[in-house]
Amino acid sequence: MHNKSLRELALGLRNNDFSSVELTQYFLDRIAAHKDINAFITVNKDVSLQQAAEADNMLSSDNSHPLTGIPLAQKDIFCTDGMRTSCGSKMLDNFIAPYDATVIHKLRQAGSVTLGKTNMDEFAMGSSNETSYYGRVLNPWDKNRVPGGSSGGSAAAVAARLAPAATGTDTGGSIRQPASFCGVTGLKPSYGRVSRYGMIAFASSLDQGGPMTQSAEDAAILLQAMSGFDERDSTSVDIAVPDFSSKLEQDLKGLKIGMPVEFFNEDLDAEIASIVMDALHEYEKLGAELVEISLPNSHLSVPCYYVLAPAEASSNLSRFDGARYGYRTAEYDDLLDMYNKTRAEGFGQEVKRRIMIGTYALSAGYYDAYYLKAQKIRRLISQDFSRAFEKCDVIAGPTAPGTAFRFGEKSDDPVAMYLNDIYTISVNLAGLPGMSLPAGMDSHKLPVGLQLIGQYFDESRLLNAAHRYQLATDWHKRRPDGF
Amino acid sequence: MEWETVIGLEIHTQLRTKSKIFSGASTTYGAEPNTQVCAVDIALPGALPVMNRDAARMAVKFGLAIGAKINQTSIFDRKNYFYPDLPKGYQISQLHLPIVGKGSITIDIDGKKKVIGITRAHLEEDAGKSLHEDYHGMTGIDLNRAGTPLIEIVSEPDMRSAAEAVAYLKSIHSLVRYLDICDGNMQEGSFRCDANVSVRPRGQQEFGTRTELKNINSFRFVEKAIDIEVERQIDILESGGRVVQETRLYDSDKNQTRSMRSKEEANDYRYFPDPDLPQMVLEDSFIESIRAELPELPDARCQRFITEYGLSDYDAGTLTANRELADFYEQAVAALPAQPKLIANWVNGELAAHLNRDNTSIADSPVTATMLGELVARIDDNTISGKIAKEVFEAIWNGEGTADEIIEKRGLKQISDDSAIEPIVDEILASNPTQIEQYKGGNTKLLGFFVGQVMKATQGKANPKQVNELLRRKLGD
Amino acid sequence: MSINNEDVQKIAHLARLAVGPEELDNYTRNLSQILDLVEQMNEVNTDGVEAMAHPRETKLRLRDDAVTEENQRDKFTGLAPASENGLFLVPKVLD
Repeated sequence: MHNKSLRELALGLRNNDFSSVELTQYFLDRIAAHKDINAFITVNKDVSLQQAAEADNMLSSDNSHPLTGIPLAQKDIFCTDGMRTSCGSKMLDNFIAPYDATVIHKLRQAGSVTLGKTNMDEFAMGSSNETSYYGRVLNPWDKNRVPGGSSGGSAAAVAARLAPAATGTDTGGSIRQPASFCGVTGLKPSYGRVSRYGMIAFASSLDQGGPMTQSAEDAAILLQAMSGFDERDSTSVDIAVPDFSSKLEQDLKGLKIGMPVEFFNEDLDAEIASIVMDALHEYEKLGAELVEISLPNSHLSVPCYYVLAPAEASSNLSRFDGARYGYRTAEYDDLLDMYNKTRAEGFGQEVKRRIMIGTYALSAGYYDAYYLKAQKIRRLISQDFSRAFEKCDVIAGPTAPGTAFRFGEKSDDPVAMYLNDIYTISVNLAGLPGMSLPAGMDSHKLPVGLQLIGQYFDESRLLNAAHRYQLATDWHKRRPDGF
Repeated sequence: MEWETVIGLEIHTQLRTKSKIFSGASTTYGAEPNTQVCAVDIALPGALPVMNRDAARMAVKFGLAIGAKINQTSIFDRKNYFYPDLPKGYQISQLHLPIVGKGSITIDIDGKKKVIGITRAHLEEDAGKSLHEDYHGMTGIDLNRAGTPLIEIVSEPDMRSAAEAVAYLKSIHSLVRYLDICDGNMQEGSFRCDANVSVRPRGQQEFGTRTELKNINSFRFVEKAIDIEVERQIDILESGGRVVQETRLYDSDKNQTRSMRSKEEANDYRYFPDPDLPQMVLEDSFIESIRAELPELPDARCQRFITEYGLSDYDAGTLTANRELADFYEQAVAALPAQPKLIANWVNGELAAHLNRDNTSIADSPVTATMLGELVARIDDNTISGKIAKEVFEAIWNGEGTADEIIEKRGLKQISDDSAIEPIVDEILASNPTQIEQYKGGNTKLLGFFVGQVMKATQGKANPKQVNELLRRKLGD
Repeated sequence: MSINNEDVQKIAHLARLAVGPEELDNYTRNLSQILDLVEQMNEVNTDGVEAMAHPRETKLRLRDDAVTEENQRDKFTGLAPASENGLFLVPKVLD
């Protein structure tokens, strides 16, 4: 049951092989059985089963959707009406969201069932899920290792088949890197494709929600339901959403795949390099053509990102001040003391580090040297992609410089942690769609992800390329032992 | 030493939109606390701003009215600081690229024109309110006002006296109401002002150190606060001290300014472009459609009143200072085109006095423009005298009916028939032989005495002109 | 470039984060490391490059001026750490 694709589940529901209530109960049981993975922050059985019962009614009527009745795991960054939405932080441990994020609203409209809220790095700041207030998530492939982050709970949930599919968000790699570490398929859409309304902001000009699934075929279905213009989000783009599933099967003959020379240098782990090359050769067999491209400023993406993202975050997180919702410190002398203690106690170390870096980068005397400089480099990075796409249709490379690392391995060294996103960050800076799909296993039997990067709003092509690869290979079907 | 005062004003003007600048919550004043607040205004996690078109429209309207450059591309920035009435921890404002660039307005000071430069006007959101009544030693926060659209109008330091500052403030106040972009209600805080004040020895080029005066939310306080602050600064400088650059609060009860130390903490607002809001690009057609709907502005209207209606500078200026008043005047003139000056006298005289006495706005005046036109028409056609007209006006004001109805009901119609007036004149002359003696002896001033007696006898209804003529004839002039 | 404890205290104050004396060195070290990373940006000459604030340079969409929200006061004040009479309560604000 838990290895079925979304299409198979939809079919099963329609053939009355099982009801949504049964399906939901089945996954709730799996979540309970694998509680040690700690993939979920909040599971509300009653709410899920109630929604499933409603979905069963919808299924018996005519107005059902491919996702009707299907339980989905939602990253705990999306506000869900009447349900705790913590963003992985003590700051929001008591926060019951009074409204649905647009993504949640759309998925609920489609009749999907909210299975629970998945664990994540606090305020999406992290690449290992170790910064969550709710404790670390275990990688189902090796419980001594991190699942990646920040959407680590969603990635682990899909890898361990605790949910048929999940939502994630990606600011610098937070969908793609955990997808790579957990051996699932993850897609970060073009900036503006998926509404950010109700998705708790980390870095507004970089954040984008997307699907985390077992396959590209499933990703197409989930992305379809998440996408679309939203008048509540001024950065949402008002363009038509294509039928992502309809182009999945297209032949790859003549597809030009760009290989950035900068991604295949001596910094890349040799094992990963060879797995990624194998995948690219598979693409050649499928009719694609490999071309060498250059992204000359890509090495500046991490420094650039670690100015822009914290700068935006420092401002976005100012609303958490203990005045209107969320945590407030127990004892304080005055207003300033209330602010200082509330925020010092409510936020974890990494969040505070980033708030401070961002505050510094925007402060008087440093703005030009840091923030403005980073904005200029952002343009250079974006221009690199524009030039590259004159020579190719899709860019391919590794998702991460390594596979899942051990707990604690990088948690004392923020910079080492940041460099894990070296291949993913530039995609967010440029606002392009990017994807990670399982492409092999390393010698530790850990999944390796292949990253595909597309042109603006060309998610269809990414999904098509990923799907054809998944038809030819079975890496995406591998499961961790015991699940 | 002779000192020169230098003043610049920052005026916060609430725009009259129905909904907030970045949310669909209502902006109506005076609602119960926090009832006009949505996810965006309370800054819930995940909430995002969406810009109100009419706020942009109104800002452009203002810009066009002061002949300013409209920045067709403008940018919203975040101004970061922590304060409980600022839910996001930042205010969305415009720093580098405001919607309205350089413009100017002409003020009239003691009959002389002076051009005051306007540096810029930018869009921003208002903050909520802290209510200081004691809630167990805590402060209550009401966010109804949070997110109300404002334009902040920043002047050049072009004013040289408190009187000029008030004249400028009044001109802007009049303008924004002409444009119908602000209700101008200073008591409710729709129109607020801070003043940057400094002094320098006359003839010196460089500006002195300035202070920023807050809480001066009436025309009277602006004048008093600036005067008292100028006095304070001169006292300091003359006793060899130095003015400290700071924010000062005006205390109207004590008529003094005091330092706001809490605001003196080194502010570092960390402005940066709001990533939630792409740049605002206004199409030519948008701007042109606003230009097309610009009303006639106070200066132009004043000039027209002088030439078209033959009014004095003073009367025209008074009438056009307020759009509703000028509209009222023109409606009344439409009812009686022959008497624009007489109508101006009535609007600026009796009507203004009554509005003032009853603290009523022109919009709520019980005497409408048409009613006033009808009343003045009865003076014009000699039905009643000016004096009787005041009685009729009072009756209209009190809701007793139209001019004609009241004249009829109270029998106030002027007696213009010689055959009716003559017997009364004869009677008065007969009973005052001593005065006739004196008049004939050369005391011609006594004519007034006789006129008064006749008017008294007719309860003011006799046509004074006819009474005069009859008396003169009978007294042998 | 590195920063010292005093800088960190100043930043922490601007960001309204209480930082205890025992945490200060650690923050200073971490933030300096991050700033060292960020300094790499200086390798590239960006003279004449226009700053990029948004990943896709779209134009701001303007919405109609209409009241679309209803009163949700009870829902909102229900979330608050302290509220009374429909107001959010905070420690005394002095000016």
